[in-house]
Amino acid sequence: MDTQGEIWEVFIQSKPGLAHKHVGNVHAMGKEMALQNARDLYTRRKEGTCIWVVKHQDIVSSVPDDDGSFFEPSNDKIYRAATYYEIPEGAKHI
Amino acid sequence: MIREVKTEEELLEIFNAKISDGIKIEPKDWMPEDYRKHLQRQMSQHAHSEIIGMQPEGNWILRAPTLRAKVILLAKVQDEAGHGLYLYSASETLGKSRDEYIHELQTGKAKYSSIFNYPTLSWADIGAVGWLVDGAAIVNQVSLQRTSYGPYSRAMVRICKEESFHQRQGYEIMARLAQGTPEQKEMAQDALNRFWWPSLMMFGPHDADSPRSGNAMKWKIKLESNDELRQSFIDKTVQQAEVIGLTIPDPDLKWNEERGHYDFGEINWDEFWNVVKGNGPCNKQRIDHHTKAHEEGAWVREAANAYAKKNN
Ligand SMILES: [Fe+2]
Ligand SMILES: [Fe+2]
Repeated sequence: MDTQGEIWEVFIQSKPGLAHKHVGNVHAMGKEMALQNARDLYTRRKEGTCIWVVKHQDIVSSVPDDDGSFFEPSNDKIYRAATYYEIPEGAKHI
Repeated sequence: MIREVKTEEELLEIFNAKISDGIKIEPKDWMPEDYRKHLQRQMSQHAHSEIIGMQPEGNWILRAPTLRAKVILLAKVQDEAGHGLYLYSASETLGKSRDEYIHELQTGKAKYSSIFNYPTLSWADIGAVGWLVDGAAIVNQVSLQRTSYGPYSRAMVRICKEESFHQRQGYEIMARLAQGTPEQKEMAQDALNRFWWPSLMMFGPHDADSPRSGNAMKWKIKLESNDELRQSFIDKTVQQAEVIGLTIPDPDLKWNEERGHYDFGEINWDEFWNVVKGNGPCNKQRIDHHTKAHEEGAWVREAANAYAKKNN
């Protein structure tokens, strides 16, 4: 029997302007407790300006190993990279 | 989308290639069952050590000699609780719940570091624990930052950031006592005498007597061996003792020019195995206390669960 509450994944923005980054998780009963536990556990030393908590079971993840084909579409579209294009000699700031 | 099914051999090949290329293994990746088992054991043992380790230090929070000393110790012990939680989080990614891990601890199926089965008898012991026990833990954990399992590695990076304060506060306590009255210096020396050898034992048996090390090194869970890590701790610590005028209780300790390391005396392995087997001074007390606190908190968890259910 599990009495430790649900698992919540924790994302922290370390300063304004940066993206929230996954740091780990906490156990909590309810979202307020999740947020407070995340604050106590992951920001004891001014590590963040904003915290998100998300129920672990609500996250949908791709499966890394048995599904290389999942990211396949990006491999054959080399024209999406800037280096694909020929730029005339002498052109600047491009 | 077509999903191709890989055979076990193919999966193992991919896994081995990642290990040899230094690519981290992540929770959803395929991994050999033995790799998973080894990590579950090692990481939960590490988590339990952080949690049980709060007891010998917590013993002195109410008796800290000054308010400054008290707030420092309180913050340090709180960090250790945090380390335990980082590590339980990481361990849970291996498909075992926190409840199961805690049950294994309380029933003696899982171990924790033997060092925490020694009592903290004087205030100087709090100095010795921070300086030596956290010092030894740092050597081990710095090395583990490069471990092959992603969540473990990330937990180690986070923990290492917090550890240097732990070691410094302990060393400061020792340095102050060593500069104090003869009685205070004596107290510091006594703490060093009692904690030195158990700290060396924290690195585990000699490589030759450590049957599981082979796999752990092969899978890059461990990157340096027990003996290498122990040597590196000794080499760092001898000078720190000299600076504060304390003597390391080992008559065989001597700089070896040729090796570029300190030689040191043989560890009392009978004592080590005896404590591992549960016969140390505080083994029973530590687990009894953990179980009692856990059981006494049951109603809080129940109430919080009921409240969360009601508000959903
Ligand atoms: Fe710690
Ligand atoms: Fe520590």
